[in-house]
Amino acid sequence: MTELRRTLARQRYLLDYTVASMSRRRTRNLGLLLVYVGMVFLLASVLFYSSALKHEAGLLLAEAPDIVVQRMVAGRHALIPAQHAESLRGIRGVRVVEGRLWGYHYDPAVRANYTLLVPPADDVEPGTAVIGPALARARGAGIGDVLSFRGQDGTLHPFRIAAILPQESALASADLFLVAESDFRALFGIPEGQYTDIALQIPNPREERTVAEKVLEALPDSRPILRAEMLRTYDAVFDWRSALVLLPLSGALLAFAILAWEKASGLSADERREIGILKAVGWETGDILSMKFWEGGLLSLLAFLFGTAAAYWHVFGLSAPLLAPVMQGWSVLYPDFRLTPAIDATQLLALFCLTVLPYLAATLVPVWRAAVTDPDEVMR
Amino acid sequence: MTARVELVGVRKIFNEGQPNAFRAIDGVDLSLPAGGVTVLAGPSGSGKTTLLTLIGCLARPTEGRVRLDGRDISGLPEPFLAALRRQTFGFVFQRFNLIRGLTVLENVMLPAYPLGTPHRALTRRAGALLQRLGVGHRAGAPVESLSGGEAQRTAIARALINDPTVLIADEPTANLDTALSLAFLEIVSGLRAEGRTLLLSSHDPLVREASVVDRVAELRDGRLVADRDPLAESAQ
Ligand SMILES: Nc1ncnc2c1ncn2[C@@H]1O[C@H](COP(=O)(O)OP(=O)(O)OP(=O)(O)O)[C@@H](O)[C@H]1O
Ligand SMILES: [Mg+2]
Repeated sequence: MTELRRTLARQRYLLDYTVASMSRRRTRNLGLLLVYVGMVFLLASVLFYSSALKHEAGLLLAEAPDIVVQRMVAGRHALIPAQHAESLRGIRGVRVVEGRLWGYHYDPAVRANYTLLVPPADDVEPGTAVIGPALARARGAGIGDVLSFRGQDGTLHPFRIAAILPQESALASADLFLVAESDFRALFGIPEGQYTDIALQIPNPREERTVAEKVLEALPDSRPILRAEMLRTYDAVFDWRSALVLLPLSGALLAFAILAWEKASGLSADERREIGILKAVGWETGDILSMKFWEGGLLSLLAFLFGTAAAYWHVFGLSAPLLAPVMQGWSVLYPDFRLTPAIDATQLLALFCLTVLPYLAATLVPVWRAAVTDPDEVMR
Repeated sequence: MTARVELVGVRKIFNEGQPNAFRAIDGVDLSLPAGGVTVLAGPSGSGKTTLLTLIGCLARPTEGRVRLDGRDISGLPEPFLAALRRQTFGFVFQRFNLIRGLTVLENVMLPAYPLGTPHRALTRRAGALLQRLGVGHRAGAPVESLSGGEAQRTAIARALINDPTVLIADEPTANLDTALSLAFLEIVSGLRAEGRTLLLSSHDPLVREASVVDRVAELRDGRLVADRDPLAESAQ
C-alpha cells in the first residue's frame, strides 16, 4: 500500500469517526448548527440584498443621462425653461439635449408614490398610460382599465391603461406611470416651454467635468449633476442602509462568537475523556486535531451552505420579506418586485472567512491544548 | 516477538516544585521477563497504576529510564510515544474506557484508524479477535449495553487489535466474579503462549497466586519492597 493511500484511508477513518461522534452528540450539534445557520443566513441576506439593489441601481443609472441639469431657485429645485436647453446645445462635447418631464404622484388608495414620466419619444396616446408592473399589481389594474387622478386644479383625469411594462427592469419600472406630454402638463399645471430638468448626453466621458463647468458658466442658476455622482449617492445610500442592518447583526455575530468560544473552550468532561482515550490507544495529537478539524469544518461548512442557500432563496426567491422594510424603505411598491440574482464572489469569500475561520480556530485551540497533554488522566 | 522491558531508577513526582508535590514512584528498578506474566501487587495508593502508565508510555517519568529491548523510550518525542502506544503496548484500563455511543466492533477498531489499514481487513481482524475472546455475538452492540465481563473482553480486544508485544492491564479482575476472573486468567495464559509480555496490576490473590504468573513485584509507597518469583519459590 502506498503512503498516499494509507494517508487517505486514515483521513477517511477520521472522517467516519467524526460523523459518528457528531451524531452521538446530536442535540448539541443540531442546536449549534441552527444558531450558526441563522447567523450566516442573516449576514448573507444583507449582503445579497444590498449587492442586488446596487446592481439594479447600476442598471437603472446606466440608462440615465450623463448629466442632468436642474434649475435652482432660492436653493430649491425649480422648473427649467426651454431656452436654457437652447443655450446648452452650443457647448462642445454635448450631443443630445432634451427637456424632461417627470414627477411624483401620491396615491392615497395604495399609500404609495408613483413616478409620473413623459417618455422621451412621447409615444403615449393622450388619455392613456403605460404603467409599471408593481403599480399594476398594487391597483389590481389590467390593460383597458381606467385609473383616475385628481390634478392640481381638482379635476379628475382618467387614464386608460394601454400597456404594462415588462417585469425584468423591475426596480427601474416598478412604479412608473408613463403619460403623454399634454396630459402631464394638464395634470400638474406645468406651462408649455417649462421642463422638470434637462438631460445631456456626452459621448466622451472624459469631457463630462468640463461640460459641467461650462453649463455652470452658461447658466449660473443651474445645478449640473453627473451620473457618476448619482452612482456614488446610490452606493452611499445602500451602504448606509446595509450598515444599519449590519450593526445589530454584529451584535448577533458577537453573541455567536461567544457561544462558539464557550462551546469550544469549555470542552466537556466527556470530550476530554474521549480525547484522552484516543491518545491512550495510540492516536497522535495530529489525528485528534484532524478529527476535530473535520468536525468543525463539517459543521461550519454545512452552516455556510444552508445559510447562504436560505439567504439566496429569501432574497431572490421571496424578495427579502425580512429585510425589505429597512433596506428599500422609500416605496411600498417595491417589495413586490423580484431582484435579479447578483452575487459578488469576494463578498461570499469574505462571509466565508468571517464565519467559518473564526469558528474553526475557536474549536481547535482548546482541543489542541487537551490533545498535547499526557493521556494518563484517563487512568483515574 | 517477545519484548524486554526494563526500568532503571524510575521516579514520578506529581506537581513537582509545588507545595503539594507527591512522589508516587520513588526509584524503581525492575525488569519484566520477556514473554512472561508479571503481577504488580501492593496496597491502594502504592503507585501501581502510575508505574503502568510510565511503562505504557502514557506518561513520562520525572527521573530515570524506561527501556524497551535496550532502547531508552522515556525521552522520546510525542509522535514516537504515540506509535509505541499504538503498536507495542496494548492497554486494558481499570475502568475499560470504552467510548460510549460506539459499538463493540468500532471500539475495537479504534486504535487501528491512524494506521489506515484497509477497512475490510480491519473489520475481519476485529471480528476474529472478538470471536476468540468469546464476545463475537456482541460485535454490533453499543458498549453501554455490555456486562462487566463483556466490557473487559472488548477492552482486551481493543488492546490487541494492533498486535502489540506487551499487554498491560490495570486491576483486570477488580470488577469480575471468580468465574470471570478465572476466564480472564485463561485468556492471559493464551496470550502468554503466543509469546507476549504481560504486565498486570492486582490486589487480587486469585491473580497473584495463579499458575500462569511468572513473577510478582510488590510496591509500597512507590518503592519495590519484594520481588518474588513464584516458580523459583516452588522449586525450592
Ligand atoms: N495526577 C496526579 N496528581 C497527583 N497525585 C497523583 C496523581 N496520580 C496519582 N497520584 C497519587 O499517586 C499515588 C499513587 O497512585 P496510583 O493510582 O498509582 O496508586 P495505585 O497503587 O494504582 O492505587 P489503587 O490500588 O487504589 O489503584 C496516590 O497517592 C495518588 O493519589
Ligand atoms: Mg490503580
